[in-house]
Amino acid sequence: MQHIISVLVENKPRVLARVASLFARRGYNIESLAVGHTQDPDVSRITLVVRGDEDILEQITKQLYKLIEVIKVGDFTETSYVDRELSLIKVNAPSNLRGEIVQTAEIFRARIIDVSEKSLLIEVTGTSDKIDALEQLMKKYGIIEMTRTGKIALARGSQSL
Amino acid sequence: MNGAQILIELLKKEGVTTVFGYPGGSVIDIYDALYEFSDIKHILVRHEQGAVHAADGYARTTGKVGVCMATSGPGATNLVTGLANAYMDSIPIVAITGQVPTRLIGKDAFQEADTTGITMPITKHNFLIKRIHELPLIIREAFLIAATGRPGPVLVDIPKDIQIAEMEFSYPEKLDIPGYKPTYRGHINQINMAAQAIKESKKPLLYVGGGVIASGASEILLELAEKNDIPVTYTLMAKGAIPEDHRLSLGWLGMHGSYHANKAIMNCDLLIAVGARFDDRVTGNTATFAKQAKIVHIDIDPAEIGKNVKIHIPIVGDARNILNELNKRTETKKHDNWLKTIEIWKKEYIPKPPANNELIAQTIIESVYQATHGDAILVTDVGQHQMWAAKYFLCHRPRRWASSGGLGTMGFGLPAAIGAQIGNPDQTVVLFSGDGSIMMKIQELVTAVNNCLPLKIFVLNNNYLGMVRQWQECFFNCRYSSTHIINPDLANLAQAFGAEGIPVQNKEELDRAIHKALEVKDRPVLVDCHISKETNVYPFVPPGKSLDEMILE
Repeated sequence: MQHIISVLVENKPRVLARVASLFARRGYNIESLAVGHTQDPDVSRITLVVRGDEDILEQITKQLYKLIEVIKVGDFTETSYVDRELSLIKVNAPSNLRGEIVQTAEIFRARIIDVSEKSLLIEVTGTSDKIDALEQLMKKYGIIEMTRTGKIALARGSQSL
Repeated sequence: MNGAQILIELLKKEGVTTVFGYPGGSVIDIYDALYEFSDIKHILVRHEQGAVHAADGYARTTGKVGVCMATSGPGATNLVTGLANAYMDSIPIVAITGQVPTRLIGKDAFQEADTTGITMPITKHNFLIKRIHELPLIIREAFLIAATGRPGPVLVDIPKDIQIAEMEFSYPEKLDIPGYKPTYRGHINQINMAAQAIKESKKPLLYVGGGVIASGASEILLELAEKNDIPVTYTLMAKGAIPEDHRLSLGWLGMHGSYHANKAIMNCDLLIAVGARFDDRVTGNTATFAKQAKIVHIDIDPAEIGKNVKIHIPIVGDARNILNELNKRTETKKHDNWLKTIEIWKKEYIPKPPANNELIAQTIIESVYQATHGDAILVTDVGQHQMWAAKYFLCHRPRRWASSGGLGTMGFGLPAAIGAQIGNPDQTVVLFSGDGSIMMKIQELVTAVNNCLPLKIFVLNNNYLGMVRQWQECFFNCRYSSTHIINPDLANLAQAFGAEGIPVQNKEELDRAIHKALEVKDRPVLVDCHISKETNVYPFVPPGKSLDEMILE
């Protein structure tokens, strides 16, 4: 089962390496990873997507807590949460097809952020499924290159980790 | 003051009296600060691995944090094995390493290695100091992290420019590490559940590990065991947690553990694991391990609970606290039938004495035990001799035993014995080693000679890497690939180092050698005991098998 884990860490050098090294050493697989600052300059948030059964998830959580610089670990899976990814997709766009591409992008509430004679650069945010779907549709025009961030997530409501 | 002087002052404030180390370009300023500083004794080893094992032996036998020091690059990488060893066995060590100046970090400078990167997975935590003002807080945190919670090694990497930077001395009184809050008190509901399970059990068994030693829980463990009439088996790490000749002591368990301890595991209805981690050498096949039992697991490290074996009643916290709480909640009880059953198992298996007159390990170890009246700190290396020493040399108190448990580090013995003797100058320190293990760190014999350490070293010499040979005999059809070893004359070698060296071929020579070894007070004595070549350690649970599938002979 897929789990989204949120890890609050002290904002210190190598803390990401410690987390990544822990996963590598214990043989846990990371499907996606995103790191960024929080409202507190001393604290960063690492959002991990991992796959595993209950026992593995329990070990992951406990092993993360053993890292001195890890302050808090939360698993969103059984709670109400929102998650988002961001993707940039550069797609072939000859003038005869450009309208069609823009229309499709609009359906996804994606934005065109760069235009050249032969291509469009699309910015899209949303859940993994949504980005997958747009990517699938863009394939027929020829994706020149694309990039995707890891997933980030927060709990719904006024609660925090 | 400069960084190096501040460091020494901080070590002193932490109560450090001994540092094991080896100088080099990136720690030369620290050594300069040590030069006229008489409050801290520096023990010069001959290889940095010796320094970390010595600090480890010191920590195991004193309960204090062991401190070692090495220069950047190769000095630091030579610490790696010893740090991994201490990490596996949860031994508190602070390792100080020099690093190239901050402006050269990442430039592949001379003797530069990514020490914190390399040691990340084998330390409890590590630090790279980037600014002089961080130094006092980091040293304080390093000692706190090493010694508290589940103990372990902590490394502090100090670039050369930090060592010479000037700053006013400061000492942070208060420490607050937001992500480090070990749990000491057990959850009261869980403790009540465990107490209830003890009351209901007819065949209870205590299985205790190194956590009992670390938390100083021996006395309360014995009290609980006696009050409830619960037999106790232990891991190698917890040898001495209860007196080994106590009526409730079953000896240690696992791959080469005692027959009746392994039988008890397979038949108990309640297993109370305390400060132990269900290592594969202990459990054998986890699918069958203690299958009939409800399992209580007491450990300060939540990650150990449920890691290898399913636990019914987990209790996170300090072993001493929790055993104390359990003790308060249980009444006096008797388990005569259960103890009788165990007694029958005990009589079922009595190892046969050898057919011929060859000198065997058991004779040597028992003779040394008798000659010292067991009043010695016992240190071992790794292999067959380690198993035999653990079997035949009984320990009656905690911290009288130092052996590499989790990592199985050959070469640990001699430097660890040095650390043990430095930490316990008035005690007899006995080292049992093998002809394979002793050669891995033989250079430290000169460290012992230089410091006039009266170590009693017994090498059980069978011209084999005996444990590997045993496996080759059992599982590889006696194909002794690279396990027959040709040794130097170890007694002569010891003499060349300035130690006493005595070769021994038979029982008479052995008795004389033991007598001599115990007489010498100013230098190490190495007794090179030529033992029967192809004797195996029994019982033997083949790897991955159940504890009741022991090979007995």
